[in-house]
Amino acid sequence: MHFLVANEILYCIEDYCIKAFCKLRTSRSSLTEDRSKMASIRCFLRSGKSAVSVVLRREFSKTSPAAVQVNVRDALNQAMDEELERDEKVFLLGEEVAQYDGAYKVSRGLWKKYGDKRIIDTPITEMGFAGIAVGAAFAGLRPICEFMTWNFSMQAIDQVINSAAKTYYMSAGAQPVPIVFRGPNGSSAGVAAQHSQCFAAWYGHCPGLKVVSPWNSEDARGLLKAAIRDNNPVVFLENELMYGVPFDLSEEVMHKDFVLPIGKAKVERQGTHITLVSHSRCVGFCLDAAAVLAKEGVECEVVNLRTIRPLDVETIEASVMKTGHLVTVEGGWPQYGVGAEICARIMEGPAFNYLDAPAVRVTGVDIPMPYAKILEDHSVPQIKDIIFTVKKVLNM
Amino acid sequence: MSLVVASRSYADFTPEATFDIKKVDLHRLEEGPPLTATLTREEGLKYYRTMQTIRRMELKADQLYKQKIIRGFCHLYDGQEACAVGIEGGITLSDHLITAYRAHGYTLTRGGTVREIMAELTGRRGGIAKGKGGSMHMYTKNFYGGNGIVGAQVPLGAGVALACKYLGNDQLCVSLYGDGAANQGQIFETYNMSSLWKLPIIFICENNQYAMGTSVERSAASTEYYKRGDYIPGIRVDGMDVLCVREATKFAAAHCRSGKGPILMELQTYRYHGHSMSDPGVSYRTREEIQEVRSKSDPISMLKDRMLSNNMASIEELKEIDIAVRKEIEDAAQFATTDPEPPLDDLCSHIFANDQPFEVRGATPWTKLTSTS
Repeated sequence: MHFLVANEILYCIEDYCIKAFCKLRTSRSSLTEDRSKMASIRCFLRSGKSAVSVVLRREFSKTSPAAVQVNVRDALNQAMDEELERDEKVFLLGEEVAQYDGAYKVSRGLWKKYGDKRIIDTPITEMGFAGIAVGAAFAGLRPICEFMTWNFSMQAIDQVINSAAKTYYMSAGAQPVPIVFRGPNGSSAGVAAQHSQCFAAWYGHCPGLKVVSPWNSEDARGLLKAAIRDNNPVVFLENELMYGVPFDLSEEVMHKDFVLPIGKAKVERQGTHITLVSHSRCVGFCLDAAAVLAKEGVECEVVNLRTIRPLDVETIEASVMKTGHLVTVEGGWPQYGVGAEICARIMEGPAFNYLDAPAVRVTGVDIPMPYAKILEDHSVPQIKDIIFTVKKVLNM
Repeated sequence: MSLVVASRSYADFTPEATFDIKKVDLHRLEEGPPLTATLTREEGLKYYRTMQTIRRMELKADQLYKQKIIRGFCHLYDGQEACAVGIEGGITLSDHLITAYRAHGYTLTRGGTVREIMAELTGRRGGIAKGKGGSMHMYTKNFYGGNGIVGAQVPLGAGVALACKYLGNDQLCVSLYGDGAANQGQIFETYNMSSLWKLPIIFICENNQYAMGTSVERSAASTEYYKRGDYIPGIRVDGMDVLCVREATKFAAAHCRSGKGPILMELQTYRYHGHSMSDPGVSYRTREEIQEVRSKSDPISMLKDRMLSNNMASIEELKEIDIAVRKEIEDAAQFATTDPEPPLDDLCSHIFANDQPFEVRGATPWTKLTSTS
C-alpha cells in the first residue's frame, strides 16, 4: 500500500518537475541541454528501476557509499582509461581525441595521462586512419578507432567490413582483428540529414562484426570494456544525446573488471501484457511509455537489446512467449532495419505461436532528417508513438 | 650419367662477383643505393630457384585455370619475379609485408609453400587458408595478404608500421601497390599520416604499365610514381633486375630503420599475362611489346646470364634446379587437384576469434549451423 502511494507521489513530483521545466525552457537555455536535463530528472527519479526504490535510495544516498552517479560520457571515459591502464597494447586514435579532449569530450584527460603514443590525433582522413587502425590490429595492437560520428564511417566503411570484419574468416583463423570502432550514432538535435543517420542495421548486417548499442551508463561501461577486451572487430554505437545523462552505478559495476557479455539483452522492466524491444536512447522512451501505460493497467516488459549483433533472440522469444505481444522501437529507418530483423526472427521461431497479434515496429520516419525543430521532432519515435502502438497492438 | 655434374667441384665456381647495376632516379634524396651489387653464388642460386619457382607455379596455375580446376579470380605474377625476390633479399622475415591481389609470388617469398598456395587456388582443405580465402586472400607470418580492394592494403600496411614503431622492435613494413592503385585517395591519406608520424614504412609501387586494360598514360596525370609521395623521398628502380631491387630495398630499409620515416620505391616491371586469367592481355598492348620484354628484360634470364658469364654456376646445375622446380610444381599440382575440398563443417567456422561456438543461420530457418573459432 505504501509503495503504491509512494509511486503516485513520485509521478506527481515528476509531472510537476517536467511542467516546471517546460516553463523554464522557453525563457532560456538550449534545447539539447533541456532535453538532457529532463532526461536526467526522469532518470534521477527512476534510475531504470522502480520509482519506489529511488525514493528510498535518495534518502539513503548520503549514507550509502555503494551507488555513485555517473553519466554515459564519464562511463565511457572511465572504461577507456581503465582498459588503457590495464593493457599497454590498447590505444585510441581519431579526430580531436587527444589535445581537444574529444569532440564530445568522451576522451577528456586521456591524452594528458597517456601521451602522444597512446592517444593519437588524426587528420580528417577516415578511410586512411581506419585502415591504419585495422593494420595495427593485424600486427598485434588493440586499437580503439573513434569516428567523430558514425556518419563519417561511410568514408571508411570498406576498411571496417572488408579489412576488419572478413579477415579472420578469409585467413581461416590465421589473422584475428582485435579492434573497436566507436562513436556517436543516430539522431542528435538539429544537426540535419547528413549527421543524423543510424547505422545499426548497416553494420548489424555483416558477419564477422560484433555490433553493440548501449543505452545507459552501466551498458556503456560494461560493454565498452568487453569490446576492448574482445579479440574481434566491434562496432560500438554510442548516442550523443545520452552522453550527459547520469545514472546510478553500484560498486559492483564500478569495479575495474566489470564487463557485460556482448550478445546478451537485458530486461529493464518486467511486464506481462506486451514486450517492447529497443536499443540505445529509445530504451529510455520505452520505459517512459511503460510508466504512462502502467497507470492504465498495461504492464509492458521492456527489453534493452544492448547488442545488435549477435542478436539475443532467446531473451526476446522468452518475453514474447510470456506476453504474447511484440513492439520493436528504434531510431533508425524502417526498411531493412533492426526491428524488421527481430520481427522476421520471431516469425521463424517458437515465439510465433504465442503471438496474439502481429509484431510491429516503431521506427524513425522514412526520410532524411530535416532541420527545423518541429520537423525533426516528428521524424523520430516519440513516447506517444510507442503508447499509441501498444494500444493498437493490444486492441485498446 | 650424372657423373659429369658430380665430378665438377664447387671450388671451380666463382664464389662471389660484383655487378654494375642501373642508376636509380632520385626524388628528394641526395644519394641513392650503390651503383654496384655483390652477389654470392649461394644468393644467386637461391634467387634463381625462387624466381623459377614463382614462374613455373604461375604457369601451372594458368594451365589449371584453363582446365577450370581453378575458378574465380587469378592474377598471375610471371614477369615480375625480380620484385618479390629482390624485396625479400633486402629485408628479413621478421619484417612485415602487405600487397594487393597479385600475391602468389609474395606468399611464397614470405614463407608459404607451393603446395599450400596451389591447394588454396584449387580451393582444397590443404590450402594455405584452408580453401576459405582463394587467390587473393593468402596469409603467412608477417604477411598480411593478398587484398582484394585496390588500395586498401596501403593504409593497412601503415598500421602494421605503426605497430612496429609502437612496439619499438626495429621492424618495418613494406606496403605494395600497383600503378592503378597509385591514384587512390587513401594512399595519399597514408602518405600524409606516415610522414607526420614517421612510420617505418616502405611504399612500393609495382609499375607494370597497365592497370587492367588502362595504360599509365591514360590513368595518371603524373606517371612519375616515385614522385607522387611529394614530400616523401622516392627512388625509381629497374624492377626486372633482382639485384637492383635488392639494393634499393636495402637502401630503403636503412632509411626507415634510422627513424627518418617513410620512403617510396617505384619498381618498373612488366607482367606477361593479362591482368587476370579473364584478360588475354593483348587488346590494350601488342604481342610484340610482350615479346620484346621477354627477350630483352626477362628477370630470370638476366640472372642466369650473369651467373653463367661469371662462372658462378654451370648450365647443368641450373638445369637441375629447373628440373627440381618442375617436379616440385608437379607434386604440388597433384596435391592441389587430389586433396579434398574443405568439409562442410568448416563452412561457418572462423567468424570470431577465441569465442565459444555459436549458431549461424543457414539458408533456411531450419538450417542451424555451428561456428567455431
